[in-house]
Amino acid sequence: MGNFPTTVKHCLSYEELIQDYPWLARWLQEEKRALTHEYPEYVKIVEVGPRDGLQNEKEMVPTRVKIQLIDMLSETGLPVIEATSFVSSKWVPQMADHTEVLQAIHRSSHVRYPVLTPNMHGFQDAVAAGATEVAVFGSASETFSRKNINCSIDESILRFEEVICTAKQRQIPVRGYVSCALGCPYEGPIEFTKVAEVVKRLYELGCYEVSLGDTIGVGTPGSMAKMLHNVMKEVPSSALAVHCHDTYGQALANILTALQMGICTVDSSVAGLGGCPYAQGASGNVSTEDVLYMLHGMGIKTGVDLSKVIEAGDFICKALNRKTNSKVAQASGDYSVHCRMKKINT
Amino acid sequence: ALPERVKIVEVGPRDGLQNEKTLVPTEVKIHLIDMLSEAGLPVIEATSFVSPKWVPQMADQVEVMKGINRRPGVSYPVLTPNLKGFQAAVKAGAAEVAIFGAASELFSKKNINCSVDESLQRFEEVTKAAKEAGVVVYISLRCLVGQVSPDKVAQVAKRLYSMGCYEISLGDTIGVGTPGGMTEMLEAVSREVPVDALAVHCHDTYGQALANILIALQMGISVVDSSVAGLGGCPYAQGASGNVATEDVVYMLHGLGIQTGVDLPKLMDAGAFICSSLNRKTSSKVAQAACKL
Repeated sequence: MGNFPTTVKHCLSYEELIQDYPWLARWLQEEKRALTHEYPEYVKIVEVGPRDGLQNEKEMVPTRVKIQLIDMLSETGLPVIEATSFVSSKWVPQMADHTEVLQAIHRSSHVRYPVLTPNMHGFQDAVAAGATEVAVFGSASETFSRKNINCSIDESILRFEEVICTAKQRQIPVRGYVSCALGCPYEGPIEFTKVAEVVKRLYELGCYEVSLGDTIGVGTPGSMAKMLHNVMKEVPSSALAVHCHDTYGQALANILTALQMGICTVDSSVAGLGGCPYAQGASGNVSTEDVLYMLHGMGIKTGVDLSKVIEAGDFICKALNRKTNSKVAQASGDYSVHCRMKKINT
Repeated sequence: ALPERVKIVEVGPRDGLQNEKTLVPTEVKIHLIDMLSEAGLPVIEATSFVSPKWVPQMADQVEVMKGINRRPGVSYPVLTPNLKGFQAAVKAGAAEVAIFGAASELFSKKNINCSVDESLQRFEEVTKAAKEAGVVVYISLRCLVGQVSPDKVAQVAKRLYSMGCYEISLGDTIGVGTPGGMTEMLEAVSREVPVDALAVHCHDTYGQALANILIALQMGISVVDSSVAGLGGCPYAQGASGNVATEDVVYMLHGLGIQTGVDLPKLMDAGAFICSSLNRKTSSKVAQAACKL
């Protein structure tokens, strides 16, 4: 640096400053640690494409396609794959083949395959078909509950209580979902204390985990943080998951916020399957590929092979004759360009 | 703590349109910029004084500069790759110019046909001339977040800042950055350049833009580049998206309680206008959702 006065040298070069004041580096590191976020080392991905995704696709998907999709996903390292729904086929024709699907898929020993069971009837069918994990779906919005499952929140919880009790006796774990955690298509904003109350009830009844759904994707990091702050007063973060919709493009930012607050389970859907049923043409579930890309880029482990998920996404999109909603899949589509890009460096 | 206010630098009319295949008529460009001015955007990159031989889309640079309705309080920077472009820009009435640098040698060679050092020499000429002419210079530094070493980016940023650029926009050119790489890069750069002089220009090619912008805000950045309707695909990955959509950024910022001065419905009108002129769908998710609900 030549003949510059020391103070000027220090202003111009961080290296020079640290050379002369080595204790400063340590102090700055500590300051940095206080300001930077801590992220979980591992995040569990709950793949909802075959159920939540396909349920919201218009095209009827043949049973063998569903089975092949789940089998491909089982090979990717995904730890949890929501396989199907034991709901009445009158309401959800897409899931009419629930028993066939559950019985035909190749069940990997490293993967769990929860199925949706809205009531005792569905639960019993699920168990008869070989289900080893079930899920129940509640709402933080009264109007949404009535319109979606034709009963009030309280009534729905009574139904679930039956299912959860019976499941407990048979040692079948139950996952809970709470929809409209960040807003309702009918009621608009939802009180976060109400969300916390519903989540707490499901957790206390015996759900091992409750997934908080941003059903219409209106949440932003601001509302996500506030909602989680309220919910985490009642339920530990280890028992919570986030299920973000990307309808307004906010999903990854919302997931990042959740991770910063200690959440380490994320729901997502291969190829972003499942549009938003409330905003026609708009996107819905966040894409598993895009979530993985972010997590891996942050050094967070998931155990999942992204390239295999992209393949599974490619398969189901071809079968559905639709384009993927995943940006990572879109960008990786031109593989040679993608590889060339990865090589660019100084 | 997040900033109370974020300045949005709207790059749609320049960066966006430059990467659109369809040639846009001059009056459409002017109308777009006027609509964006009405939407409350504080900075709108209007055009580029680059040779029309290289970028035919920007051939009407002088006409656009003279045709737009310049709203008081709004800046209309123009791109000037070299001294010649700078002189033409000043003659056409530009009060603020932007120059483009690259932190990666390979990218610099391929994009502006010279090494990083050579490009910095060219910029020095422009910034000197700009100082004399009383014109403000801001620079867009293209770096590949996570691919180029953070220290290299920091070194280049430092040189540019010392030349007199008032703001340095760090661009994740092919959108490969994630919050991990973004944090590292910003940490390195903010050691050399004050965070008030930094902006982020995130591409959404891998869907990471809003998460990256959130990280940048958490680290004290308060200037964000974006493009109305997400105009401007990625020139390197055909069909892939490029610039992050201004509507989606504003939606997130307002949701966080951060002020931008932008009127989102008017911004969406501008997006709808340009998309219908270009006969293409918007890349903004907010725009897609809002028109269907």
